[in-house]
Amino acid sequence: MRPPLVSLDMQVFTCIKLRHQLAAFLPARQDGTVREIDKVFKALADPSRRQLLDRLHAKSGQTLNELCKGLDMTRQAVTQHLGLLEEANLIAVQWQGREKLHYFNPVPIHEIYERWIRKFERERLTALHNLKTKLEGKQP
Amino acid sequence: MNEEKFVYVIYIAATPEKVWKALLDGEVTRQYWGRENVSDWKPGSKWEHRRFDDARTVDLVGKVVEFVPPRRLVLTWADPADAADVAKHTRVAIDIETVGDMARLTVTHDEFKPGSDMLRKIANGWPRVLSSLKSFLETGRPLKTWA
Repeated sequence: MRPPLVSLDMQVFTCIKLRHQLAAFLPARQDGTVREIDKVFKALADPSRRQLLDRLHAKSGQTLNELCKGLDMTRQAVTQHLGLLEEANLIAVQWQGREKLHYFNPVPIHEIYERWIRKFERERLTALHNLKTKLEGKQP
Repeated sequence: MNEEKFVYVIYIAATPEKVWKALLDGEVTRQYWGRENVSDWKPGSKWEHRRFDDARTVDLVGKVVEFVPPRRLVLTWADPADAADVAKHTRVAIDIETVGDMARLTVTHDEFKPGSDMLRKIANGWPRVLSSLKSFLETGRPLKTWA
C-alpha cells in the first residue's frame, strides 16, 4: 500500500531540516578561501606529489617528459598528480611553442606561512631550522 | 643568459580593473606593498619603485615595455645601480585574466643575469607582495608582516 502523500511530504521536510541543522556543524564550504586551502593541503598530502614539487622547486619550468624521467610512476599517474597540483595552484603552466612547461608556484604555501607564522617568530624559527639541518647533516 | 624563470599565480576575488588599479595606484600600493610604482606608463618610459620615506628612496628602476589596462603590463626591472646597464635588466610580465568570479594574476619574472642578486630578492618578494595584495583586496587588510 502506498504511504499517504502527507507523510512523504513530512519526510522530505525532515530531511531538509536535518540537513540545514547539520550544515551548522560542517566547515564553511561556501567560503572560497576554505576550499582553496583544502585543495592545497590535499595536494600536499601525497608523497608523489611532494616529490614532483621538489623536482620543480629544484628546476622550474619542466615538461611532462622531463618530470617523468627517473620517476617510479607511470606517465598517466604523473599527469594526474600534475592536474591536482595545478588545481591547487601549486604549479603554474605556461606554453612555450608546443611545449607545456610546469612551474612551481609557492604563493599558496606562502599564504599558509603568513597565516600561522608571526613576524617575531621568523628569526627564531630560521635559527632552529638551521640548527636541525646542521646537526642532521643535511643541506639547509 | 640565465634560463631561470619564476611564475607566480594568485587568484583574487576582485575584478581585473581593481587588481590593475591596486598595482599602479600609490594610495593603494602604500597600504599593502609599502612602496609606490611611479611612471607615466607609456611604452618606452621609465618607471621607478619608490619608498614613502622622506628621501623617496628608489628601490627599483626599469622601462615600460607593454601597457594594456587592465590585462597586461610588461616592465624591465633592475637595481638602481644597474639603471644604465640594460644588459643587467630583468623582465617582468604581469597578466590579469578573469576566471569565473575571480581575477587570476600571473607574474612571470625572467631574463636574470648570472650572478645577479635579483633572483634571490624577487623569490622572497613576489609571494609576500601577492599574498598581501590578495588579503588587502579581499578583506581590506594587508598582511601585518608587510611594513
